[in-house]
Amino acid sequence: MFVLVHPHSKPLGKGQSETLAQRRNTRYSSQKMTNPPPLLRFDGVTCRFGDVTAVGGVSCDIAKGCFVAMVGASGSGKSTLLKTVNTLVEPTGGRVLFAGEDVSELPPARLRRRVGYVFQGIGLFPHMSVAENIAIGPRLAGEKLAAARIAELLELVELDPAYATRMPDELSGGQRQRVGVARALAGEPELLIMDEPFGALDPVTRDALGHKVRELHTRLGLTTVMVTHDMAEALLLADRVLVMDKGALVADEAPHTLLMGAGGAAAQALVAVPRDQAERLAAMEGRLA
Amino acid sequence: MNTIWEILPGLGDKLAAHVVLSASAIGLAMLIALPMAVWAGRSRIVSRLALSLASLVQTIPALALLALFFPLLLSLRSVFGEGLPTLGFLPALMALTLYALLPILRNAVTAQANLDEGVLEAADGVGMTKWQKLYLVEAPLSAPFIMAGIRTASVWTIGAATLATTIGQPSLGDPIFAGLQTQNWALVLAGCLASAGLALAADNLLWVIEVGLARRKRWMTFGGMAIVLLGILAALWAQRPASEERPVVIAAKSFSEQYILAQLIGSRLEAAGYRVEYRDGLGSAVVHSAVANSSVDISVDYTGTIWANFLKRADNPGREAMYETIRDWEAKANGVKVLGRLGFENAYAFAMRADRAQELGVTSLADLVGKGRSLTVGGDPEFFERPEWLAVRDAYGLRFGKTRNFAPTFMYNALQSGEADVISAYTSDGRIAADRLVVLADPKGALPSYDALLLLSPRIADDPGVAAALQPLLGAISVEAMREANFAVDREDAGKLTPKQAAEMLANRAGL
Ligand SMILES: Nc1ncnc2c1ncn2[C@@H]1O[C@H](COP(=O)(O)OP(=O)(O)O)[C@@H](O)[C@H]1O
Ligand SMILES: [Mg+2]
Repeated sequence: MFVLVHPHSKPLGKGQSETLAQRRNTRYSSQKMTNPPPLLRFDGVTCRFGDVTAVGGVSCDIAKGCFVAMVGASGSGKSTLLKTVNTLVEPTGGRVLFAGEDVSELPPARLRRRVGYVFQGIGLFPHMSVAENIAIGPRLAGEKLAAARIAELLELVELDPAYATRMPDELSGGQRQRVGVARALAGEPELLIMDEPFGALDPVTRDALGHKVRELHTRLGLTTVMVTHDMAEALLLADRVLVMDKGALVADEAPHTLLMGAGGAAAQALVAVPRDQAERLAAMEGRLA
Repeated sequence: MNTIWEILPGLGDKLAAHVVLSASAIGLAMLIALPMAVWAGRSRIVSRLALSLASLVQTIPALALLALFFPLLLSLRSVFGEGLPTLGFLPALMALTLYALLPILRNAVTAQANLDEGVLEAADGVGMTKWQKLYLVEAPLSAPFIMAGIRTASVWTIGAATLATTIGQPSLGDPIFAGLQTQNWALVLAGCLASAGLALAADNLLWVIEVGLARRKRWMTFGGMAIVLLGILAALWAQRPASEERPVVIAAKSFSEQYILAQLIGSRLEAAGYRVEYRDGLGSAVVHSAVANSSVDISVDYTGTIWANFLKRADNPGREAMYETIRDWEAKANGVKVLGRLGFENAYAFAMRADRAQELGVTSLADLVGKGRSLTVGGDPEFFERPEWLAVRDAYGLRFGKTRNFAPTFMYNALQSGEADVISAYTSDGRIAADRLVVLADPKGALPSYDALLLLSPRIADDPGVAAALQPLLGAISVEAMREANFAVDREDAGKLTPKQAAEMLANRAGL
């Protein structure tokens, strides 16, 4: 019943395809036996733009309550894959299932309310106040968000509720992305997807926001998919790390198995960067001590 | 002479007409350009096509664009019926709308293209439909740029609307054109000042709206809009028809004699209890068609003009035969009634400065043969296209070194300053005597006669009251009296009269 490696997908790296497929097989079958259907399922998703294959046959399941990080080099197809979830991009092949339903068959407006989206470029509406930005999703659904709820959402992302009346250009980058997160949460989504949400922030703000999001994920019982190009961030925040390379899903590991050397060459190359940095820092500390 | 400050308060009607025309054109241009810009934002081809077309329109001189709508609408009468107006508001509105399209379209398309990709994606991402995205994101973010385009369009349109005068639509161009023709500079200046003031006021008000939109200051946006709306409403209210019945519309081509005669005719009709309206500064071809289709009711035209331009004849059967042929043709072909001849001729004649003529030994057109190559001949803007010119040129075998076009008023100045050696003067022109010009004889009779005729449109052709009021003018105006009146308007010294004053003088001389 389950497609393990979709016929459209590119073959995986030599010697890896077998083991990866087997591993998935066991996970899928165990889920099938014990759990309800996954909240999100990519089923052989392919996206072509003319000659460019942005995503080449990705299949994977994301269970409810999971915090998944998606890592990969720039241009590896992470954003495109994410956008298929709320149909900003329509796959040229395969399907995306959200809570068991094909997203292409759901009314887009309703679907997008159930999926909170934090955008790569933040994407706050510059002509709307913070409160109006946060309230936009419910507003589109014909529902007025109470001031108290907006204050609550602002507090959730650790912003002073007085910020509600400010315009986006009166905020710092970090504050803006906090508003972006609050906006994504306003519709009480089941799934939160974030596309390099902290990419443009300084390391301190970035770290703080990362922790905040992880905390909210747990507190609100969300299912979260976060795209990042920073493997350290992925390893520290996520329950599960997906590695994309040239449109293909090349690794799907828990952080600790990645650190122990699993996931193949492309994944290990990404893990090597923060590990190397950490070792050099430790060595420096050792010298100083 | 009136000063500008005395003239300005009297321009209220023209200002109102100008505001209504400009506002309608800009409004219509917005109705067309904004949806088109939205479409262009979704399709490259539409964007290219729309912008190229709008740019193409801009390359047509405004004056020509206005004039082109007359024949276009005339031909459209076969589809929409005889009720379709060919002069006045409709063609002016269409031409100005086309003219206003480009800045609005260009700014709207550019604004859309420059919208932040991330913001547009966020709009989709939060679940906006196409319309919600347009209404909630694209429109408000583009609004200040679109407003800037509307501002540019407004300034252009208010300027170009002065040209609507030439196709019979009242505007602030009326005093400008009348003033130019009668060398009444105060009138020209008053017209320019009023239209520049209007453009400036519109520019500033729209700027306030633009800034309001850009800085999201509602009171500025809505305050500016309210004032603009009030101005338009006030203009509309001022434009409301005084009575249901249409006034008798008197046309004048763009030279002094026509303005004077229009006033003379108007004053007689008013004395007889008619309400009259003037359409000044119309082109020669436009006037004739306008009378034929009753867009205007009365005009003064000339036998030679009608003979050559409308009967398309080049022969010269003599003065009486020409008059009778024209009278019958007008009645049969156009339903236009030729009420009669006013008594004088305004023929084309070639004139030279006396000293120059003596120096060259020229007294007749025949004497110019062989001497023409070193001479410059000046004519009014249509002269060198007219059959009279071709007839004279071919009858005598004339070859001139250069031909130059001048506005009729400036032709005489050109002769005085030596920029022209020979000009195509008019026999009823007061400046022939005043400037002591030599009129060259026409021994071959190449130039036809130009009896001044009174034409009545089909609408009033059989109105006995009109005929009775105008009957006394027939045969009553001598060429000397007409010259005197023309000169009184054209002169620039203390003796200068307005066309209305000159009309009174003419009436007195004619014993009316
Ligand atoms: N709308 C599009 N049209 C054409 N090519 C696209 C489009 N979106 C993405 N691509 C291409 O698809 C590939 C993957 O892009 P993307 O998903 O944005 O990668 P990532 O987010 O991993 O950096 C890139 O080569 C990119 O140029
Ligand atoms: Mg990306």
